[in-house]
Amino acid sequence: MNVLAIDTSNDVLGLAVVKDGVVSGELMTNVKKNHSVRLMPAIDQLMHDTQTKPEELDRVAVAHGPGSYTGVRIGLTTAKTMAWSLGIPVVGISSLEAAASQGKLFSGVICPFFDARRGLVYTGLYDNKMNVLKEEANVLMTNWLGSLKDMDEPVLFLSQDLKLHEEVITEYLGDQAVFPDAAYHYPRPSYLALAAIEIKPAPLHELVPNYLRLPEAEAKWLAQQEKQ
Amino acid sequence: MKDQYILAIETSCDETAVAIVKNERELVSNVVASQIESHKRFGGVVPEIASRHHIEQITITLEEALTEAELTMDDIEAIAVTEGPGLVGALLVGVNAAKALAFAKQKPLVGVHHIAGHIYANRLEKEFEFPLLSLVVSGGHTELILMDEHGSFEVIGETRDDAAGEAYDKVARTLTLPYPGGPHIDKLAQEGEVTIDFPRAWLEDGSYDFSFSGLKSAVINKLHNAKQKNEDIPPQDVAASFQASVVDVLSTKTVQAAKEHGVKQVIVAGGVAANKGLRQALQAKFTDMDCELLIPPLHLCTDNAAMIAAAGAVAYQQGHRAGYDLNANPGLDLEMYGRRGF
Ligand SMILES: [Zn+2]
Repeated sequence: MNVLAIDTSNDVLGLAVVKDGVVSGELMTNVKKNHSVRLMPAIDQLMHDTQTKPEELDRVAVAHGPGSYTGVRIGLTTAKTMAWSLGIPVVGISSLEAAASQGKLFSGVICPFFDARRGLVYTGLYDNKMNVLKEEANVLMTNWLGSLKDMDEPVLFLSQDLKLHEEVITEYLGDQAVFPDAAYHYPRPSYLALAAIEIKPAPLHELVPNYLRLPEAEAKWLAQQEKQ
Repeated sequence: MKDQYILAIETSCDETAVAIVKNERELVSNVVASQIESHKRFGGVVPEIASRHHIEQITITLEEALTEAELTMDDIEAIAVTEGPGLVGALLVGVNAAKALAFAKQKPLVGVHHIAGHIYANRLEKEFEFPLLSLVVSGGHTELILMDEHGSFEVIGETRDDAAGEAYDKVARTLTLPYPGGPHIDKLAQEGEVTIDFPRAWLEDGSYDFSFSGLKSAVINKLHNAKQKNEDIPPQDVAASFQASVVDVLSTKTVQAAKEHGVKQVIVAGGVAANKGLRQALQAKFTDMDCELLIPPLHLCTDNAAMIAAAGAVAYQQGHRAGYDLNANPGLDLEMYGRRGF
């Protein structure tokens, strides 16, 4: 099975081509540049380098969020439309799970997160088999850390935004918190491709981003409705 | 010769649209998934919500357009897409979908200016004769555009403040009419009398520019003062008087520009082209002029992808191609686009 994986859900742009279980090519950049401009030229390049024609693909994998709303939509639009036009399935995988997969060799629990501003994070908790221990959520980092402290287990933190929260994590968890080298904080796009092989694809039209958050206008509107 | 099909995508605002046009001028499918119901409760388009709807609808709309045309992607010659202007997050869905199609099916890609699309919607009804003048009126635009040939756009007049459609929406809100306000005012105006002499902004002599913010304020003030004095002005008359002022300025300037430039055709384009009052006034003024007035049917006035396919087909014919680095361009300039794109 030939799989193309796409991740533009955060600052990292990641692509992989996996052919019959072999990682044929991976491309990753971590620059704050427009995914919309760079994604398709990068796909073209990687497909060319791995000598893969679009019609030779059997499946497309995509990181479906959470993350940057726009970034997630760029990846998903591209993945869905490519898959639809080629008549092949598309599989959406959590961006947090992709980040967590870099901790598969860790023996404690794994906490991937993305900064969501104003002290909030998108996060979840996984074991090293990628089983979900705590559901993905958009929460205040301090509340989240409180609940991790109660678990009394070493926690591996994996995040492109670690710098923004490292201090508060250490303050709450002390030695319970484990921070690996920089290399581990960026999801490998090949994980998405490999994981997608194991997943039964859902109907293509139904694949939508997992934002984990309502648009501001809608949240306000709902709050107003409740008051009335 | 083999039939040539152009598939186009338009997602610049709150409609997810895909259409297919055959041999530049024949519409074979035109699918529009409107989000208007979703935005109504907010009294206007919420950009983030528009983007969320676009990604939910895009592949469904693509499939419907092909099914309606009884074609497959292999029959398509090239992909056209609105690259701007519009809401950036909304445009991005269309642009990235178009690039994905172009890459996956190895088809040429063409970027289209939204307003060029509105003008070219008319070519699906009637072949262009140059020079032609186009009055583009919508929620975001009020422009007079002169064309000497395909792809050449000269903006000879534009609004200095609000677009005509914007003024309609704001006045509608003051009259507590539901969103979108334009059609409601138009309907109300048909039932009322012009009893109030609202101002008309003619600007300096010979200028084809427009200004609607003064008129909008005059209407709001009038209603406010009436309320303070407990006076009752029928909303039908307010609507009729407001519309009379807008239509007077738009039609008079259009006639002047058509005469000065000796154009063969005048095209009315954009969402406000659906306005009955405007249609009637223009039709009356153009009856004894030797210049043809073209107003597209309703489904081609409001945002759609057929118009993008029509403009894209000509750009494609003229050899224009976009690369895989094509981006959404929310502030795309029409004149510059014409020089680059066609
Ligand atoms: Zn429009």
